[in-house]
Amino acid sequence: MPNENSHAVRLHGVSIDFALANGKRFEAVAPVDLSVGDHEFVAIVGPTGCGKSTLLNAAAGLLKPASGSVEIFGERLSDINRKAGYLFQQDALMPWKTVSDNVAIGLEIAGTPTRVAREKAQEWLVRVGLGAFGDRFPQMLSGGQRKRVGLAQVLIRDPKILLMDEPFGPLDAQTRLIMGDLLLKLWSEDRKAVMFVTHDLDEAIALADRIIIMSAGPRSRIIGDFPVTLERPRDVGEIRHDPRFNALHREIWDALRDQVMAAYQNTAGAPAA
Amino acid sequence: MNRGLLISLQILVAVVTLVLWHIASSTTLFGDPKTISFFFADPISVIKRIWTWFSSGTIWYHLGITLTEAVLAFLIGAIGGVVFGFWFARKPLLAAVFDPYVKAANALPRVVLAPIFALWFGLGIWSKVALGVTLVFFIVFFNVYQGVKEVSQPVLNNARMLGMNERQLLRHIYLPSALSWVFSSLHTSVGFAVVGAVVGEYLGSAAGLGYLIHQAEGVFDVVGVFAGMFVLMAFVLVVDGLVSLVEKRLLAWRAS
Ligand SMILES: Nc1ncnc2c1ncn2[C@@H]1O[C@H](COP(=O)(O)OP(=O)(O)OP(=O)(O)O)[C@@H](O)[C@H]1O
Ligand SMILES: [Mg+2]
Repeated sequence: MPNENSHAVRLHGVSIDFALANGKRFEAVAPVDLSVGDHEFVAIVGPTGCGKSTLLNAAAGLLKPASGSVEIFGERLSDINRKAGYLFQQDALMPWKTVSDNVAIGLEIAGTPTRVAREKAQEWLVRVGLGAFGDRFPQMLSGGQRKRVGLAQVLIRDPKILLMDEPFGPLDAQTRLIMGDLLLKLWSEDRKAVMFVTHDLDEAIALADRIIIMSAGPRSRIIGDFPVTLERPRDVGEIRHDPRFNALHREIWDALRDQVMAAYQNTAGAPAA
Repeated sequence: MNRGLLISLQILVAVVTLVLWHIASSTTLFGDPKTISFFFADPISVIKRIWTWFSSGTIWYHLGITLTEAVLAFLIGAIGGVVFGFWFARKPLLAAVFDPYVKAANALPRVVLAPIFALWFGLGIWSKVALGVTLVFFIVFFNVYQGVKEVSQPVLNNARMLGMNERQLLRHIYLPSALSWVFSSLHTSVGFAVVGAVVGEYLGSAAGLGYLIHQAEGVFDVVGVFAGMFVLMAFVLVVDGLVSLVEKRLLAWRAS
């Protein structure tokens, strides 16, 4: 029986509402229970608009759940989650700071001397393959390069938990593979707890230890929880040809399709919230 | 378009205008040259007048006064605009209460304020500075207000997740965002600082470009009026060029 503290993130009956302009409330996420172990890489997959970003925002402490509680390493979260680094779905770099300043800022505001922070930032830029781009501004980078800067910006603070929201979403297939390999390489160094949102089942299987499937919203629920037992280290491009990968893909997809259809019929027939 | 060609064409426009003007005021092609040069002066005399101003050095004093007024108006208006813009953007209740008054104050034509400022601050430079401030302040104020309000939500959330407290958010997020709006309105606000200074001088003073033009008008010295206007135009072009240089440095991150 694992004790409380072996969970990095624990969502306990978390439901989330949004106030709409017409005064009604929109119930985005129905009460959800989800725990992510320390050092565990969990992928969250679901149809668009089902509440994946919303769930991450709750784990980040940016959104207050309407009910239930969020626990981080056994402690109830009431403010920003200080143990987490968050790679956002949208562009979130500060456009007025250079790439190097963007990466260094997390250390600087925590009191690290500027020179040390700059050196560390340069090290991280080299690790994400952007060593020569420190002086540029974010607008002068490609989408994939910006995502890599974002990764360096988050990882330089060495968070215990990594929240990633479709980090490779807007990238082309080749770049996604390269980014996936880069992410696995960096992750394998200290195996942070990861919540990784994606709509790409292939990517989820290639990267994660466990895959969570969410139903279509509103009042989205968790409708599947699959362990991925493929051994590590993995090669994100190669592993897709592994027969076990395909078997797992089929198994999850069958369940996903059935459940999504079922979830769809449930909500389609239900009275509007 | 090729830069050299562009500048040549721009100079060509000036030359053609001058030549047409010269022909109109010295031949009978467009009517009586006497009448025309009475109303529009003639380019040779205007150029001669400008030349005298610069060679005798009298113009520098007036240019210096106008420049001082414009710079002071810009600095005071901009700093005031930044401070109040920030304050209002961070205090929605304050902004809501004062909204109609801010709009009403901004709708006031500044010319009607000139006599009041002359009464309050005298006929020296400060009444002109005050006039410029009332113009610059509102431009900067609205831009800062907008800049703080429109900070991108993901950038703000990211900064909070990176560990910034309120003070650090102000320094690293709100201020740069607001300033980028201020800088992008730099041409307008600097232009208005000059307008404020010149209009103030025009309506009552003893020095500056506006004074020069007003003096000439007072004695129907059309050549003087046109010479004053051309110096003013050149002055504005130079100031605008300097602003472009500053802008290029400050907004380097906004790659096209
Ligand atoms: N601020 C808000 N106000 C009202 N409704 C919202 C708000 N934010 C999100 N929603 C709604 O909540 C639901 C979940 O949104 P969320 O952004 O979490 O989806 P998602 O699963 O991340 O989708 P995607 O894969 O497209 O990013 C959506 O139906 C969305 O319309
Ligand atoms: Mg999303």
